[in-house]
Amino acid sequence: MKSFYGFIRKEFLHIFRDPRTLLILFGMPIAQIMIFGYVVTNEIKDIPIAILDQSKDQATREISNKLISSGYFKLVMNLTSLKEVEPAMKKGNVKEVIVFEPDFRKKLESGLPGSVQIIADASDPNTANLIVNYTFGIMQDYMTQYQEGKPNIIVPEVRMIYNEGLKGVYMFVPGTMALILMLISAMMTSISISREKELGTMEVLMVSPIKPFHIVVGKVIPYIGLSFINAVVIILLGFFVFELPVKGSLILLLLESLLFISLALSLGILISTVSNSQMVAMFISLLGLMLPTILLSGFIYPIENMPVILQWISNLMPPKWFIIVVKNIMIKGEGWMYIWKETLIMISMTAFFLLVAIRKFKIRLE
Amino acid sequence: MRTIFYLIQKEFIQVIRNRVMLPMMIIMPIFQMLVLLYAATLEMKHIELFVVDNDHTEASRTLVSKFEGSPFYKLSGYSASIQEAEKQMKKDKADIILNIKKDFGKSLSRGEGTDIQLLINAINGTKAGLINAYSLNVLSEYMGEYAKDRGVSAEQFLSGSLDVRYRYWFNAELNFKHFMLPGILVILVTVMGMALSAISFVKEKEIGTIEQINVTPILKYQFLAGKLLPFWIIALFELAFGLTIGRIFFDIPIRGSLFLLFAFSSVYLLAVMGIGLFFSTITRTQQQIMLLFFFFNIVFILMSGIFTPVESMPQWAQTANIVNPLAYFMRVIRMIMLKGSGIQDILRELISLSIYAILIFSLAVWRYRKTS
Repeated sequence: MKSFYGFIRKEFLHIFRDPRTLLILFGMPIAQIMIFGYVVTNEIKDIPIAILDQSKDQATREISNKLISSGYFKLVMNLTSLKEVEPAMKKGNVKEVIVFEPDFRKKLESGLPGSVQIIADASDPNTANLIVNYTFGIMQDYMTQYQEGKPNIIVPEVRMIYNEGLKGVYMFVPGTMALILMLISAMMTSISISREKELGTMEVLMVSPIKPFHIVVGKVIPYIGLSFINAVVIILLGFFVFELPVKGSLILLLLESLLFISLALSLGILISTVSNSQMVAMFISLLGLMLPTILLSGFIYPIENMPVILQWISNLMPPKWFIIVVKNIMIKGEGWMYIWKETLIMISMTAFFLLVAIRKFKIRLE
Repeated sequence: MRTIFYLIQKEFIQVIRNRVMLPMMIIMPIFQMLVLLYAATLEMKHIELFVVDNDHTEASRTLVSKFEGSPFYKLSGYSASIQEAEKQMKKDKADIILNIKKDFGKSLSRGEGTDIQLLINAINGTKAGLINAYSLNVLSEYMGEYAKDRGVSAEQFLSGSLDVRYRYWFNAELNFKHFMLPGILVILVTVMGMALSAISFVKEKEIGTIEQINVTPILKYQFLAGKLLPFWIIALFELAFGLTIGRIFFDIPIRGSLFLLFAFSSVYLLAVMGIGLFFSTITRTQQQIMLLFFFFNIVFILMSGIFTPVESMPQWAQTANIVNPLAYFMRVIRMIMLKGSGIQDILRELISLSIYAILIFSLAVWRYRKTS
C-alpha cells in the first residue's frame, strides 16, 4: 500500500512540476466557455450588406434606414449599378445586396407593388437563409406601417420554450463539459500510459513490486481530480458569467459527472493498451473521441438531421448520453426519473471498456 | 543538398514503416469527408411537429397538411390539449408545437386577423432559429394560397404590396455540404501540417536522439528543412486527396483556379508549420505539445468562422483573428472554391499570411538556436 501511495505521489509530481501543462488544463475550459459564449454565437449581427438604390426616394430611404438600424445589418457599400454587384460579392465583404428597382415609391403610390431584389451570398447557406428572412421581415414591417395597419391575416405568435433569448449557453455548457472531461480523462491518461511504454519506463514499473492494477489506478487518480475540478469550474462559470442556473439537483449532476469521468478514463486505458507510442494514442483519441464528441453527440449539430446510419453510430458515443443527462438536470430541472436510462447506459459502457482493457493489458513485453 | 535529401528520406521511412500513422493518413480524410460531412449538417429534416388543434375546421386541417407536406416536418403527435403537447416536448418528442386556437377558421373566413401560436424547443438556439424561419415560410405560403383563392395575388397579399425576389448566389440549392467541405479540408490540412512535423521534432528531443543529430555535421537549416519538407508535401497531398473525394462523392464545385488554391495552401502551410515549430521549441515532451496544439486549435477553429459568420463576432474577436491563420484560410478556400474569386480578391489575405509566415518562422528559428 505504501508503494502504491508513492506511485500516486509520483504521478501528481509529474503533473504539478509542469506549470505550463497545468495552466492549459485549467485555462482550457475557461477559454472555451468564453469563446462559445461571446464569439461563436448564433446571432445575426452586423452582417455587411450593400444597397443598390435605383429609385432614391423616401420609401427606399426609409426601408434602408430601418434595415440598418435593426442591428442585424451594417451598410458597407452603396452601389450605383448592377455591374458592381458581382465584384462586391466575390471580394467577400458583402453578404447581401438589396436592389431597389426604379420608381419604387411612385409604383407604391399608384397601388402597384414596389419591386425589390434580395441577393444573398449563399456560400454560407444557413446565414443566407436567415438574413433573407430577416430582411423580408423588416420590409414587411415597413409595408404594414405604410398602409397604416392593414394587418396580416394570420399573426404568428412565436414562443421559444426553455430558452427565451435563444442563448447558445444552453448548448455549449453541457457540450464543453463533455468535451473537456473527455479530453483530460481519456486523452491525457492514454498519452501518459503510452509515454511510459515509449520511453521504456514501463518495463521498470513491470518488474517493480507494484501490481499492474495499481499502476493503472495510480495513473488515473490525478486525472480524476483534475477533471472533477474542471467540471465544477464549468458549472460555476455557467452560473456566474452566463447566468445559467442548475435547475435540478446539483449533487446528482456532480455524481453523473463523476460517472462520465470514469467512463472516459476507462476509454483512455483501453486506448493505451492498443497503442505503443504517444503519437498513436493521440491520433486515436483525436479521431475516435474528440471529433465524435464534437460532431456526433448533438453538441453542435442536431442528431435528427443525420443519415440513419450515423444516428445509430451516435448511440455508441458516450458524450451523447452525458449531454442528455446534463441538459435534463441543468436546464429542464428533471430528476432521476428522466435520466435513469442514460445513466444505466453509461454504467454499462464503463464496465464494458474496463473489461476489454483488462483483458488486453499486457503485463509482459511481447 | 544531399544531406537534406537523406533527412527527408529518413522522415518518410519513419512515417511509412509506422503501422498506425500511414493508415491514419489515408483513413482520416476519408473518414472526415464521408462521415463528418454527413454529421455536420444544419439542413433541417424531420422537425418533430406536434399539433394542438382546437379549431377542427377546413382551414386548420389545410394548414396542418401544409406542414405535413413539407419535407422538413414529421408529424409526431396530435392532440387537443396543450398540456399533453408540452409533456411531449419535455420528453424531447416534439421540436415545435403548433397551437391552433378555437376560432381560427372562423376569424379567417370573416377576413379578421387571427393569431396562431408556435412553441419551439429552443435549447439549441441555432436549431430553433432555423425551425422558426422554416415555419414562418410554411405559414406565409399558406396565407399566400389562402389569398389566392380569394383573388388577390400572393406576393401583394403577403407583404402588403411588395414584389420581392430572392437570389441565392453561389449555392442556389443551399447545399450545406458545399459550405462545410472546405472547412473540413482546412482542419485536415492544419492538423497534418502543424502537428506532425512538430511532434516528430519533439519526439527526437524526448527520446534524446536530437543530441545525436546535434553532434553530426548536419546544419541547422538542413535539419529543419528535413523535418518540415516531408510533412509539407504530405499535407498538400492530403489536400489534393480530400478535394478528389469531395469532387467524386459530393460534386463539390471548384469554381476558381486550382493552382491559386494550392499556391495559397502552400503559403498557409508555411505559416502553420512555423507555429508548430515554435511550439516545439518551447516544449519538452510530446504530451505537452499535443495539449498545446489541442488548446490552440480548438480556439483557432472555433474563431475561424467554420460554423458561424466572422462578421457577427464581437470586434475584439475579429481583431484577435489577425493572428489566427485558420481564419485567413477558411475565408479564402471558400472564396476560391465556391465563389470563384481570383487573385485580386484574395491578395490582401495572401500578403498578410506571407508576412505572418515569415515572422513566425524567424521567431521559431531564433528560439531553436538558443535552446540547442
